[in-house]
Amino acid sequence: MPIFSQTIAGHVHRFKSLGDLLAKASPARSGDYLAGVAARDDEERVAAQMALADVPLHTFLNDHVVPYESDEVTRLIIDDHDAKAFAAVSHLTVGGFRDWLLSDAAVDKSLIALAPGLTPEMVAAVSKICRVQDLVLIAQKCRVVSKFRNTIGLKGRLSTRLQPNHPTDDPTGIAASIVDGLMYGNGDAVIGINPATDSISAVTTLIEMLNDIIQRYDIPTQSCVLTHVTTSIEAINRGAPVDLVFQSIAGTEAANKSFGITLAMLREGQEAALSLQRGTVGNNVMYFETGQGSALSANAHHGIDQQTLEARAYAVARKFKPLLVNTVVGFIGPEYLYDGRQIIRAGLEDHFCGKLLGLPMGCDICYTNHAEADQNDMDVLLTLLGVAGITFIMGIPGSDDIMLNYQTTSFHDALYARKVLGLKPAPEFEAWLQSSGIFAAGDALKMSDTLPQPFQRALAHLH
Amino acid sequence: MPDKPTPPGSSAIVANDPWRKLRQYTSARIALGHAGTSLPTAPHLEFQLAHARARNAVHHVLDVANLREALMARGHEVIELHSAAANRPEYLQRPDKGRRLDAASRADLQSRTISSPAYDVAFVIGDGLSALAIEANAVAFLDVMVPALRDGGWRIAPVTIVGQARVAVGDEVGELLGAGIVVMLIGERPGLSSPDSLGIYMTYQPRTGLTDEARNCISNIRDQGLSFEMAAHKLLYLMTEARRRGLSGVNLKDEAEGLPSVTASVSKNFLTDA
Repeated sequence: MPIFSQTIAGHVHRFKSLGDLLAKASPARSGDYLAGVAARDDEERVAAQMALADVPLHTFLNDHVVPYESDEVTRLIIDDHDAKAFAAVSHLTVGGFRDWLLSDAAVDKSLIALAPGLTPEMVAAVSKICRVQDLVLIAQKCRVVSKFRNTIGLKGRLSTRLQPNHPTDDPTGIAASIVDGLMYGNGDAVIGINPATDSISAVTTLIEMLNDIIQRYDIPTQSCVLTHVTTSIEAINRGAPVDLVFQSIAGTEAANKSFGITLAMLREGQEAALSLQRGTVGNNVMYFETGQGSALSANAHHGIDQQTLEARAYAVARKFKPLLVNTVVGFIGPEYLYDGRQIIRAGLEDHFCGKLLGLPMGCDICYTNHAEADQNDMDVLLTLLGVAGITFIMGIPGSDDIMLNYQTTSFHDALYARKVLGLKPAPEFEAWLQSSGIFAAGDALKMSDTLPQPFQRALAHLH
Repeated sequence: MPDKPTPPGSSAIVANDPWRKLRQYTSARIALGHAGTSLPTAPHLEFQLAHARARNAVHHVLDVANLREALMARGHEVIELHSAAANRPEYLQRPDKGRRLDAASRADLQSRTISSPAYDVAFVIGDGLSALAIEANAVAFLDVMVPALRDGGWRIAPVTIVGQARVAVGDEVGELLGAGIVVMLIGERPGLSSPDSLGIYMTYQPRTGLTDEARNCISNIRDQGLSFEMAAHKLLYLMTEARRRGLSGVNLKDEAEGLPSVTASVSKNFLTDA
């Protein structure tokens, strides 16, 4: 394994491997200290960043941070690498690649063409030498469009996952949150429930319910019950109307094993969903969630920093052409991302890396009550990601997930972002919001004073 | 959140949502109204208060003496243990330490004679991220669960209480006690509306080093969440199936409610019933 080094004022900083160099170049965060892979101080970190900037991009194709022989994610990354697409930047170093990305040579078309030629380690490396404004500017140039029953990711659009979770999966409680979300113009990315339990009967009941609601009100969106891929496959086998198949994924084979999955199982899930042919404008049928720290949490990190491993999860995602990829950035807790500052940086890195790799990247802009973060931090990240062109965010009543016990962006927050940044929901959904009378005709941000007729009828039966 | 009358003249500024009556069906923060399209002042400050209180819950210390007394009054032998995380700040930043016992606790369990025949199940109680959840729910849950197990002839190990505990520490305890199944009762991450939610994790043949795929989880057990009776029903099903099939985790689905066909399942809700 080659040794990397950087000499600063006569002092030689040595890095024992490419993985070590990436880890020490990574901006400070608690999870890398927990893993024992972080730089010991800021000077060593910058030395690592300088050394990393001089590493040729093609090095990442030959020097594998997780062994090819023992890890199917590495094999996926290397075996699927598109050398022709890579040719545009193959002569560059990591530092030169940053300059190229900032330059006028990098525009939406060239970036889309380049994506199959990039590996997760390349984009992770360049993100480590980017400032926040670079992460925003470069990601904003990327345009990734995905489709199922509507079109996600167009320029000037910001979609939301309506997340109507309920602690006991009570159908009426869930329906109440769905009404709230729809009336606030949320739900075009997906109406997605985290079920309280993984039982196949409870899951199929929820799938049926969401399907009924989407059909009854003719909503141009898709549903998802966020259960294990094997449970979704079983539900499909029993005839349930599954739109999107969900799975949490990570960047190493061992971490995926801790989630109880393999690439073959994801393939099986994708094929099962495709077999139902439920998409009307496209066939992106997968919904993935990720988050820095998941591999370390499963003791499956191979001594690699959490941000690089997170980018490797995106290689898993892109294999299955997802409709949505969601980095649940602040959910994992303070042992991985300690405070608002670390969460904000990580959210922007994840979005940047996902977009460069060609993914419809969203972010669950969130925090838990044991992290040193609050609503102000989330407002900062939401605004920055909005400027960076985030594909979708979560929408939940009053920012409070009463099932998963954490705080994410609210229905109101989505309208804030749309208002200050001039963004709109997916076009099919926007048209539905206006035709159904939820928002005033011609004004995507003017809410009606009265409940539209079909919803009024539904509520009339309640006391 | 109580509905407050709208002061005269302010109706044009803060709009109420015409679906407010749905609030009775969920504790989610729905129908908050809007100022422009943003959150009005009152619900904004109510949220800030809830967050402040949840932050306090994270740092609440488990009343171990009281818990021990309640368990002993019910005829349980009780063993007090502690994880390798010395205190709350270390616990929050070093989950690895919360997953292992400290040296004294390990020595304590190792010094005990392994039961023969072996225990069928060991209950481990850990504070996790909410000692409030344990104080509110752990004993009451065991009051429902334990009689059902005794009726079924399950041999139950002494109940252990682990301070500064993560879920995985239960596996080490179960292994050292020589139990066939370990059931970890642990305080879940406090939510804004639920600072006292109990989680249950079950592992068949527990041993140090297992990961989440080897466990089954039942979550959100509390007054306004999953009832003790329903949680006990699910857990008994999972334990029985784990023992019968010799496994736990992702290969053991929670099908405790039986398997109604998809076409027969009715999703009762006002949006599609009307």
